[in-house]
Amino acid sequence: MTKRQTRMVAVAGLIFGLGVAAALAFTAFRKNMMYFYTPSDLVAHTVPEDAKIRVGGLVVAGTVLRADDLDVRFTLADCEQTVPVRYRGILPDLFREGQGIVATGRMASDGAFVADEVLAKHDENYMPPDLKEALTTADGRHSCAPFKSVTGASPAVAG
Amino acid sequence: MWTWFHRLASPPSFYRLAERLAPWLGAASLLLLLGGWIDGLMFAPADYQQKDAFRIIYVHVPTAAVSLSLYSAMAVAGVVAVIWRIKLAECAMMAIAPVGASMTAVALITGMLWGKPMWGAYWVWDARLTSELVLLFLYLGVIGLYQAFDDPRAGARACALLAIVGAVNVPIVKFSVEWWNSLHQGSTLLKMGKPTMSAAMAGPLYAALAGTMLFCAYAVLRRMQNELLVRERGTRWVGELQRAQAVDDRSASV
Repeated sequence: MTKRQTRMVAVAGLIFGLGVAAALAFTAFRKNMMYFYTPSDLVAHTVPEDAKIRVGGLVVAGTVLRADDLDVRFTLADCEQTVPVRYRGILPDLFREGQGIVATGRMASDGAFVADEVLAKHDENYMPPDLKEALTTADGRHSCAPFKSVTGASPAVAG
Repeated sequence: MWTWFHRLASPPSFYRLAERLAPWLGAASLLLLLGGWIDGLMFAPADYQQKDAFRIIYVHVPTAAVSLSLYSAMAVAGVVAVIWRIKLAECAMMAIAPVGASMTAVALITGMLWGKPMWGAYWVWDARLTSELVLLFLYLGVIGLYQAFDDPRAGARACALLAIVGAVNVPIVKFSVEWWNSLHQGSTLLKMGKPTMSAAMAGPLYAALAGTMLFCAYAVLRRMQNELLVRERGTRWVGELQRAQAVDDRSASV
């Protein structure tokens, strides 16, 4: 082999090796690289009460209950399961029924999720107000597809 | 075909080609950017939920897209530089790095300014944001590594290896929003099927994207010309160029 061919093989080997290493690493750590869990994950696994986690989903229409102060309760859903959420604080402007959100907090003993931060997760669709009907599903909801359950990704136990 | 390729890769002919091409790229990018941004910022309809705040997309998405394209181009130039030892490929790498770093920085900053009013946070450590930050560090690493060498050719070879190794990050940035749960939304531009952006909003976005790409091409060509002149100073073609320039200057001052 000429020197050039040697270098060609070395570079090809480097790229191939890196690709395989990255693919293996990211498959192994897939669960740990999720920014949030979904209601399905919370229902499928027991989360320790003191573990701080994030949960993401859509705010179910008709479930938002506001008290006189900053207390708010709502139900969060992915494509399959729901989980009740309690939060006290200021909500982002985009928070509304049907909106995707990501909440950080802990599971309470009564099965509700107690959030201490709520962020809005908007989707990749942009439309003028008069055309927005084109974006929602038949029952008027946003898509639940962006909320991927880690439970489906691998059978290992979380938490 | 190979003789054409080799002729193009020779510094003087590439310099002359770039000299002819660059003004056109610059003018086209200026027109597209002005058109896209004026249309996008002033005439496109407001979004149904984000209102006017979504308009930062006309800067954020084009810069984020070219930050990835430029890194891929830099890695390809790195492969050519390592295997064929072509000087022009080394120049291309070192010309792309600062342009790519700037575009990545603009994408990160506009993303933060967009994130605060819409998500409720400037920064979160989700997969998309983190991998884009890693991309910025890779660019800065390539720039810094090159500066650390006295011999530009040895420096460029070291940078080429770093650029090739770092290329593994490019698909991670691109597909992070599909592989993992993230706060960042999915890709609007390349989503097939159901339209996810009205035509009145998407038109200026494509114009701004094309304009940003052409601007980067312009900036990279100009930086490559500069890098070639510095590296080839003392050769005959640079000397001739200098003499021609001097004649131009004299006739202009008369």
